[in-house]
Amino acid sequence: MEKRLTRYIWTHTRASQLWILLVVAVSMIPYFLSFDLPKQIVNGPIQGQGFEQPGATQTFMDISFSLPWLGEVALFSGFDLTRTQTLFALSMVFLMLVIINGLFKFYINTYKGRLGERLLRRIRFQLVDRILRFPPNQFKRMKGAEVSSMIKDEVEPLGGFTGDAFVQPALLGGQALTALIFILMQNLWLGLVAAVMVGIQAAVIPRMRRRLLVLGRERQITARELAGRVSEIVDGIGTIHAYDTSNYERADIASRLGRIFKIRYDLYQWKFLVKFLNNFLAQLTPFLFYCIGGYLALQGRLDIGQLIAVISAYKDLPGPLKELIDWDQARQDVQVKYTQVVEQFSAETTIDPAVQAIAIRDAGTLPVPLAAVNLSLADDSGAKLLERVSVQINPGETVAIVGGAAGGGDMLAEAFGRLTWPESGKVTAGGHDLLELPESVTGRGISYVSSDAYFFYGSLRDNLLYGLKHAPLKDAEYQGSSAAHRKWEIQEARLAGNPDYDVQADWIDYQAADATEARDLFTPVLSVLDTVQLSKDILDLALRSTISPDDHPGLAEGIVEMRHALRGELEEAGLSSLVVSFEPGAYNTEATVGENLLFGTAIGPALTGKAIGKNAYFRSVVGRSGLDRILFDMGYSIAENAVELFADLPPDHPFFQQLTFMSADDIPDYQLLLQRLKGRGFDAASEDDRSAIIQLSARYIEPRHRFGLLTEELMAKIVEVRGQFYDGMPPELRGAIERYDPEHFSASASLMDNILFGRISHKHTDGSKRIRSVVTSLLNTLGLIERVIDIGLDFNLGAGGRRLTAVQRQKLNLARALVRRSDYYIFNRPLPGLDHRLQDEIVRDVLKLVRRGDRDPAVIWVLSNTSLSHLFDRVLVFDKGFLAEDGTADALVNNNGIFKELVSS
Amino acid sequence: MGMETVMLLKDEVQMLRRVPLFSNVEPGKLKLLAFTSDRVSYGVGEALFHQGDIGDAAYVVLAGKADILVDSSTGPVKIAEVETNSIVGEIAILCDVSRTATVQTTTALEALRIRKDHFLKLLTDFPEITIEIMRVLADRLSHTTSELTEARSRARSAD
Repeated sequence: MEKRLTRYIWTHTRASQLWILLVVAVSMIPYFLSFDLPKQIVNGPIQGQGFEQPGATQTFMDISFSLPWLGEVALFSGFDLTRTQTLFALSMVFLMLVIINGLFKFYINTYKGRLGERLLRRIRFQLVDRILRFPPNQFKRMKGAEVSSMIKDEVEPLGGFTGDAFVQPALLGGQALTALIFILMQNLWLGLVAAVMVGIQAAVIPRMRRRLLVLGRERQITARELAGRVSEIVDGIGTIHAYDTSNYERADIASRLGRIFKIRYDLYQWKFLVKFLNNFLAQLTPFLFYCIGGYLALQGRLDIGQLIAVISAYKDLPGPLKELIDWDQARQDVQVKYTQVVEQFSAETTIDPAVQAIAIRDAGTLPVPLAAVNLSLADDSGAKLLERVSVQINPGETVAIVGGAAGGGDMLAEAFGRLTWPESGKVTAGGHDLLELPESVTGRGISYVSSDAYFFYGSLRDNLLYGLKHAPLKDAEYQGSSAAHRKWEIQEARLAGNPDYDVQADWIDYQAADATEARDLFTPVLSVLDTVQLSKDILDLALRSTISPDDHPGLAEGIVEMRHALRGELEEAGLSSLVVSFEPGAYNTEATVGENLLFGTAIGPALTGKAIGKNAYFRSVVGRSGLDRILFDMGYSIAENAVELFADLPPDHPFFQQLTFMSADDIPDYQLLLQRLKGRGFDAASEDDRSAIIQLSARYIEPRHRFGLLTEELMAKIVEVRGQFYDGMPPELRGAIERYDPEHFSASASLMDNILFGRISHKHTDGSKRIRSVVTSLLNTLGLIERVIDIGLDFNLGAGGRRLTAVQRQKLNLARALVRRSDYYIFNRPLPGLDHRLQDEIVRDVLKLVRRGDRDPAVIWVLSNTSLSHLFDRVLVFDKGFLAEDGTADALVNNNGIFKELVSS
Repeated sequence: MGMETVMLLKDEVQMLRRVPLFSNVEPGKLKLLAFTSDRVSYGVGEALFHQGDIGDAAYVVLAGKADILVDSSTGPVKIAEVETNSIVGEIAILCDVSRTATVQTTTALEALRIRKDHFLKLLTDFPEITIEIMRVLADRLSHTTSELTEARSRARSAD
């Protein structure tokens, strides 16, 4: 990128700048015409000049001018108008000029605005493009938030300046020069005085502005660092809380803000000082005119008329001059910003754009074999991490890399993955330098996975298929206005030097995933998810989510059918006691008393949460049946039990987890409540006390809490009241609750709840685990599993994938690579968070999976668990940056070398 | 499901009192222990936990029997039996190691499942339980030591 902003602007907007200059020049004609017109109107028709005789007329629109050699040229001889007619005609001309001037202004402003916005788009894109082409080590020193604040905020004023970059100095300079020449023409000496003063202004003010520039640069850098620190606080919030360093962070931010304040305040002071000086210098000139010119006039050496003419001519000079100086200030300001940003975005080496050129059709295959040739790698400080390693990985080979912590094997894997660039030597593919091959070849031929996974904000599906999105393969179809819009997008992108690839197109390379289109993508994806043992997690995500039946036609019906199938399945497996179903006429012992009474999910505000206790209809039903008294007595016993059990425990005791119907803080309140009531019963209790007690009953589950309070009689009563509640329900409440209905899908409950339509018994520790496996196999047999997993794939991962656990992220990271067809898979300790048994299973399954179909890729796996080496054709042992041993696992064991030591330890 | 199948807290307290480990703990505390534990039941041949799992709970067997099995190259080997009213699975949560053996029921079994954090809290709150646990562990150690000595002398005589 050019070092100077004006050059950059000129290079990219030359034609537009010239055009707008021309338009501005043309716009001057009506502008100056409109200056003269008011005088004509006042002097002519209003004051009567030229209309001295009654009935006198004047020629209007006489367009003629005299040219040298040609003499008088008359284009239109005009027509005669009376005084009133002339008044209206001239006023009309005035109105027309106003409109023309306005239109010119409108056109010029929009044109300049568009010019600026296009340039801003170009700069922003170029900056991001540079980021995409930076060498990997550049990112060790970059803070994301600082870079994004540069691209977002710091270049923004550049757009505003672009339109004025050339027009403004041309226009204002012209105006100032005209005024100065006019003065010079009136009186040479006074003119020279004015010129000298302008010269002083032009020399002194920019010099004083230098400090402003320094301060401006500081302001920019400190503000950018502030952005970086704020994002560090967000990213490191866990660490800050863990070490109680929040006040250190506060101090740091406060001191930064103090510095920024100081810089900005200095900036103001200087700015206004300069402004003051500038105004002073501008006013000094008329002072000299009055003082010296007046003296000379008194002496008789200067014509008074000339002096007045000079003074009146001078009033046109400071305006443009001031604006010109302001423009220069803006120019320097954006120049500083521009230089700053460009410096930040310059790197010694960047990836050649040709390496990243898009390959829409056939990218070509990766030349083989992959090899390190005399490869040395070093870290930022220059310490050697890998020394003069030469090794060749043949196609189809499976290679394990083992070694100690600083062995260097992981660095070799990074070099193969192009994450670390060689210090000396090189990595080659079929003899070509890997870094010079197009990324469309290396990025598809090689899949690299490490434990350091990054996920983009979006759904699980988007992230899983991310590695397939190399190029827009199938254009999106547009019709009508959207087609026109797409056309506009392409045109505008080209004008701003942006690529016009369509982000709405289908970018997924289905072939690379063993599919032909979106519909048959599921099977290969599922086998990958099974291999990394993630499908269960995704299924769980889906089962926990709620869906709208309208978005998934047919699924809701399938789920309802499945309820019956599940019953049968459980009975067959002798597990029918695992789930207690909801039955409209029966009490469900595994559900709370409240749930049994309501037998539905509250969906409106009238019956949700605390509101139900205040709902008049609900209270009348419960009160009429006398259930409120029974529940009160029951709640009283629960409170007694809870207080007896927990009164002595400190509030942070882990046992409180088990207390589901009240919190530790409630215990003292209930203690007081019990003392107040002293067993005097329902009638003596106040309204609030009653609801506090009855609340406890509502959350009671007999098999869980085991206080022995629920009798057959009471259960029957609750079911009876349930019936009354629904039978007599007023119409306005019908929308506020969704009743449990064995034949209907409930949109307010999760998929799992809809499938179970009941509660899992508390008697079995692994009840939910067992149910899950039954449900999974049933979903499989009913052919619903695809659709359910599909729902799980819609799960939004959150920022950086944080809504998944660390283990799930590692598995997804591995899956993302396995979905793609590659010639070389490089796994750099991809699963450190998993226990050994799981690692073992996944490594075996992955080695099997990558050979599916006709595939025979090479696999390079940096193992954290050396005992898995025997699963690979060949083992590379690294020690202290050197390749120490190379051979089959069996041969190396017999070698009595480092490998044997590693295996036996 | 009727009332008669639900075991009540007060019955559990009675059963807990018969467990030697808790015999010295006052009934109020036993009730608390029972309340905060999960009541679990197993059929014949089901596993309470598997060797290699992460230990998250200890079990007090209220009724029924189970075998303690250890994986070997020739398959699982039974090394001991769990009796009614005894505690099992406490090693994994005390030492933070994965399960050292598999416990598999030989009859229908009823147990109280005490979660790890609850169990540790119990030890700090009630020294009498801690002492009892130490006694159980020491007992097992002396048992193991004598078996080891026996095995060694057998191995030596076989040489």
